[in-house]
Amino acid sequence: MTDTTHGIGGLTFDTKKRALPPELGVALALVLIVAIFEILGRIFMHDSFLFNTRDSVDGLFNMARLKIIILQVSIIGIIAIGVTQVIISGGIDLSSGSVVGATAMIAMSFAQAGTVYGAENTRAVFFTQGWVDLPLAVPLLVGLLCGLVAGGINGLLIAYTRIPPFIATLGMMVAARGIAKWWTRGQPVSFPTESYAALGAGMTPVLIFAGVAILFALALKYTVYGKHTYAIGSSESAARMSGIKVARHKVLVYTIAGVLAALAAIVLSSKNLTAQSGMGVMYELDAIAMAVIGGISLQGGRGSVLGTVLGALIFGVIISGFTFLKLDAYYQEMVKGVIIVGAVVLDQWRQSRHSDRI
Amino acid sequence: MSDIVLKTENLTKHYGGVHALEGANFEIRRGEAVAIMGDNGAGKSTFVRQITAVEQRTSGTIWFDGHDVAFKDPLEAREAGIETVFQNLALADHLNVPDNLFLGRELVRFRLGPFSILDYKAMRKATLEGLQKTGVKIPNINNTIQNMSGGQRQCVAIARTATFKSKLIIMDEPTAALGVQETAQVENILHTLKSQGEPVILISHNMRQVMEICDRIVVFRRGRIVANLRKEDTDGQDVVAYITGAKTQEEYAGAA
Ligand SMILES: Nc1ncnc2c1ncn2[C@@H]1O[C@H](COP(=O)(O)OP(=O)(O)OP(=O)(O)O)[C@@H](O)[C@H]1O
Ligand SMILES: [Mg+2]
Repeated sequence: MTDTTHGIGGLTFDTKKRALPPELGVALALVLIVAIFEILGRIFMHDSFLFNTRDSVDGLFNMARLKIIILQVSIIGIIAIGVTQVIISGGIDLSSGSVVGATAMIAMSFAQAGTVYGAENTRAVFFTQGWVDLPLAVPLLVGLLCGLVAGGINGLLIAYTRIPPFIATLGMMVAARGIAKWWTRGQPVSFPTESYAALGAGMTPVLIFAGVAILFALALKYTVYGKHTYAIGSSESAARMSGIKVARHKVLVYTIAGVLAALAAIVLSSKNLTAQSGMGVMYELDAIAMAVIGGISLQGGRGSVLGTVLGALIFGVIISGFTFLKLDAYYQEMVKGVIIVGAVVLDQWRQSRHSDRI
Repeated sequence: MSDIVLKTENLTKHYGGVHALEGANFEIRRGEAVAIMGDNGAGKSTFVRQITAVEQRTSGTIWFDGHDVAFKDPLEAREAGIETVFQNLALADHLNVPDNLFLGRELVRFRLGPFSILDYKAMRKATLEGLQKTGVKIPNINNTIQNMSGGQRQCVAIARTATFKSKLIIMDEPTAALGVQETAQVENILHTLKSQGEPVILISHNMRQVMEICDRIVVFRRGRIVANLRKEDTDGQDVVAYITGAKTQEEYAGAA
């Protein structure tokens, strides 16, 4: 006997039946894609994509490959978490890649070592000022402050003028890239202190990504901040009429996205042991793609951090799979494009099932 | 004077060249139920949007609860004690019933500014109680609003206003999309509120409903108030004459 409740108009409702979470579909897609690469690998490369085929190493899975997949997507993944909450709130952020560039340059110049290979590092940006070998807190705070300012400006523009998010963040995209180039007139900034270099070493980026993901998964689900983010993305006017301070909330959402982009910049420059003005180009699109593949609706109001994490993994698997199959990078880009458009089409289709009815 | 809950003086709203509301003088006292009637586009919802600060008025004064008020945003109006069912319902489609009921004033387990932790359990419990108290039946409160019928959505919006303590309730066409049974339910809620002495402004096109529930009828026409009628002194036909413009009360002769 099923437990039913009588509703308005005599309809019955099976309370035991629950809609499947949309993340399940994304997870299945991930499994499917891995399976495809596994099959293609067995046929064309006579090797396994997922499993360990070497006798010299222990374990069932090809851990080296799995590690690379996760490491590859962690840095853009950090940005994607910030972008996720922006998209859920009904907005978009095109500036994150450039904010990465500008932040990496600025943070790195406060993180340079005073001596390199036993000689004085006279090429350090702030060598004459004597700002070398600074404690880790300095570049960290300066970097995060860069993201805070950039994101804050995005938010203020979007919330208090009528500029659409697309345009406002496009402006920031161009301006921040300009700052990245202007900072050292295009010169790369290298040789960080040991403490700074540790942030991006080994699997640390994965840990940071995981920490950020867990933090924001909880914040979106269990805090007022999260609830209001969904509400604004779902219906801005309803949110306003219900008494949510929409403008203030949007400033917060974009500021957080900026700070997360800055965090990604710090980890990236640390991992590469250098910062260049061209860093992070196109990262904003990859981050948006991860979110969209993960089921975040570009129309706002829907999606979760878990979805974006799965989307990031799909992203990583595809890149790694193409390398594994020794396919050209051109194909990678093309397939990436197809997948992004496909994910948006899927979302439109999902939405239309609801909005056709009125 | 002290039993006046809300009073507007020369309340005016222009949208560019559109004079949607022009010099509205209106008042409602404690325990009173006042109907606002008028054709489509007469300015009824515009009037509500000015009082609740969904929009900022062009000119005029609003007194609420003994003070001259200038609410900055809908939250201030709500916090001052004005609960509103807006004509567009103001529900977030992707959220479920408790989320919508508590939207903008969530119950929290502990305060951390914007990152205060939600108390889902308490909100769920209060929602079930609120729905029970108002007699609103929603099969599954975990369902998102987008999966509900028009009537169910309306019920959620009404339950939201009736659940919270307030000093004035405004309902903009609360039964517009409802079936017979659900309309009766909403009217029950209105009767209950009235018997508790709660002042209610009811915007409705339903003459029977207005005559049953309200003490007074204010008629809007083309952005102006053209009549203020006590129920005892009027009937349906009379009200219709004011709505259509066949009649205008003497004190409003300058209008319309
Ligand atoms: N944002 C706006 N910009 C321009 N004109 C507006 C705006 N909002 C309302 N109006 C106009 O103001 C007038 C009054 O609209 P309002 O919504 O108050 O009507 P109403 O009396 O509530 O009608 P209904 O019974 O159909 O709900 C209409 O002519 C409408 O077109
Ligand atoms: Mg209206």
